[in-house]
Amino acid sequence: MLRFLVRRTLGAVVILLFISAFTFFLFFAIPHDPALLSCGKNCTPDNLRTIHHNLGLDHPVPVQYYHYMVRIFTGHRFSTGNCPAPCFGYSFANSEPVWPTLMDRLPTTLSLALGAMVVFLLFGLGTGMLAAWKRGTTVDKVFSSASLVLSSMQIYFVGPIVLALLVYNNHILDQPKYVPFTDNPLSWFNGLLIPWCVLSILFTANYTRMSRSTMIEQLQEEHVRTARAKGMSSAYVFFRYAWRGSLIPIVTILGIDLGSLLGGAMITEYTFQLAGLGRLAIDSVTKTDLPMLMGVMLFSAALIVLFNILVDAAYAFIDPRVRLS
Amino acid sequence: MTSSTETTVSGPPGEPDETTTAADPAVAAELVGRSPGQLMWLRFKRDRTGVISAYVVGFFFVVAILAPVIAKLYGKDPYTLYGQNEPGLLNDFGYPIAPNGGMSGRFWFGIEPNLGRDVFTQLIYGIRTSLGIALAVTIAVTVTAILLGISAGYLGGRVDYFVGRITDLLMAFPAQLFFVAVMPVVTAVFVSPVDETPTYLRVVALITVQWFLGWMGLSRLLRGQVLSLREREFIEAARVTGASSWRIVRRELLPNLVTPILVQSTLMLPTFVTAEAGLSFLGVGLVEPTPDWGRMFAIGGEIYQNDLTYMFFPGIAMVIFIVAFNLLGDSVRDAFDPKAAR
Repeated sequence: MLRFLVRRTLGAVVILLFISAFTFFLFFAIPHDPALLSCGKNCTPDNLRTIHHNLGLDHPVPVQYYHYMVRIFTGHRFSTGNCPAPCFGYSFANSEPVWPTLMDRLPTTLSLALGAMVVFLLFGLGTGMLAAWKRGTTVDKVFSSASLVLSSMQIYFVGPIVLALLVYNNHILDQPKYVPFTDNPLSWFNGLLIPWCVLSILFTANYTRMSRSTMIEQLQEEHVRTARAKGMSSAYVFFRYAWRGSLIPIVTILGIDLGSLLGGAMITEYTFQLAGLGRLAIDSVTKTDLPMLMGVMLFSAALIVLFNILVDAAYAFIDPRVRLS
Repeated sequence: MTSSTETTVSGPPGEPDETTTAADPAVAAELVGRSPGQLMWLRFKRDRTGVISAYVVGFFFVVAILAPVIAKLYGKDPYTLYGQNEPGLLNDFGYPIAPNGGMSGRFWFGIEPNLGRDVFTQLIYGIRTSLGIALAVTIAVTVTAILLGISAGYLGGRVDYFVGRITDLLMAFPAQLFFVAVMPVVTAVFVSPVDETPTYLRVVALITVQWFLGWMGLSRLLRGQVLSLREREFIEAARVTGASSWRIVRRELLPNLVTPILVQSTLMLPTFVTAEAGLSFLGVGLVEPTPDWGRMFAIGGEIYQNDLTYMFFPGIAMVIFIVAFNLLGDSVRDAFDPKAAR
């Protein structure tokens, strides 16, 4: 188990190195001149040279990349100020340091993703299992067709409709906003309720379909049949035997979904105007703020890779066979 | 590869043709040899959901292809600012005066607030743009996945290792973030950031970024299939008779891979439509004045507090399109592989 985790972590580090190199070269080598972007339209050659020097662009790109990577681990003392250990540089747009900005935006995205996860796991797995349990009945048909239609509901379509109905026209709920949990748990919950539900629609539908089909598959397995033949109650067989087996593919998908959600649920954050990582990425794109963009990219790639490892580790707890091999 | 999807789309299912008469045991009692393709077609035609969704999907494609003709018959285009040119259509705040977003016999789906363009032509031209891009991405992704997946599986060894690592690497990319971040960079390769980016370049960039992170799933699936097929007797037999690798891939492997390729690409296309729409919604896709399905949501998102109607047309059209396409994908899979459990 430990060896496995160490090997996976090393692999993850290699993948992250490649991703960082790829994005870095893409951002800093291909566009004509990053300094031109941060210099604006009325740019004198003198200004440009200063910016070049300040950004370290007078070095060749591989050297710049090396500096960038080293500074992440060691920090760097710029002429403008000190940038402590996870140093991702400074924003082109407002000269804020990148790492603190990321950490500032993370709680919003984290609350959004984890809250939505609770909603879609509860409803998705619940309805999927119920549909598998009552396979072929009206309940199954209703859930299956509902999930088919709901899975085609895009956030940028449903979000505004929900907002218009619940917030602007009928004033049932407040405009979605992020209040830190530690400040006021109730407003935290109220402010994020609509985003959670809207973000969950697509996911719930997918998880319903997935958990239904894996559950049906599991119920046809031999160990389930044996358990039934031994005279165990069908509820016990259903939860203790079939459900556990059906979780394995779901955990895989959950890991991928959660990883990419934590990297910024861009469309949701954009629709509900929540200042999370995804919103930060979009704003950095419109301002061509390359250091900030680079920071968000690396951060969410790291999250995706991390969750892949966590998923593999979670297998061992769900499926004892994995532990042995 | 796409030809059979087209036949499923265009072929009238109710009409009796040779295959249906042959399938009816009362008409032709003798045994008839049928290719797997014919069997699939027979099974597909019996699937009512599949046929209906094929018609719906076909309808969208026809609308997309014939958008200029429809617009001409309808007498309007998606660029003219009707609301601004003619008084009495928009009020002082830029919103349609007529109820329900300005729907009338003249403007079927209403008028766009502020600019006052016709929503109906905007939608059909938008569908045209989005479907065209999604189709191009699907074709590019499928071809790439076939090439890389089959080479990895069939050649094995170093090629397999290399392709496998690239797949792992690209799968760890935050896809949506990558699209948003890289779109401006890809366009900046060709055009200086201070200049105006031509539309065709944005289209090419949209196709490129989606293709770049789109092929891994299908490629990995095909590799697995090829790995198991490679050891089968008929491949061995072909090799013993001296067939070249190219011939084995073309004549022995590819026909056995048609099912996953067709099913996966059918399921892929709607995801590219929504991804493209998402990018345009976020403001990094196509820009004004090119009509685009996704950008209609961006416009709708700005004005929904005062005019919710505008959003319903692109929204409901998209829901119908995606549901139909997913049902079609399921039916194609059932037709090819009747054993697969629903």
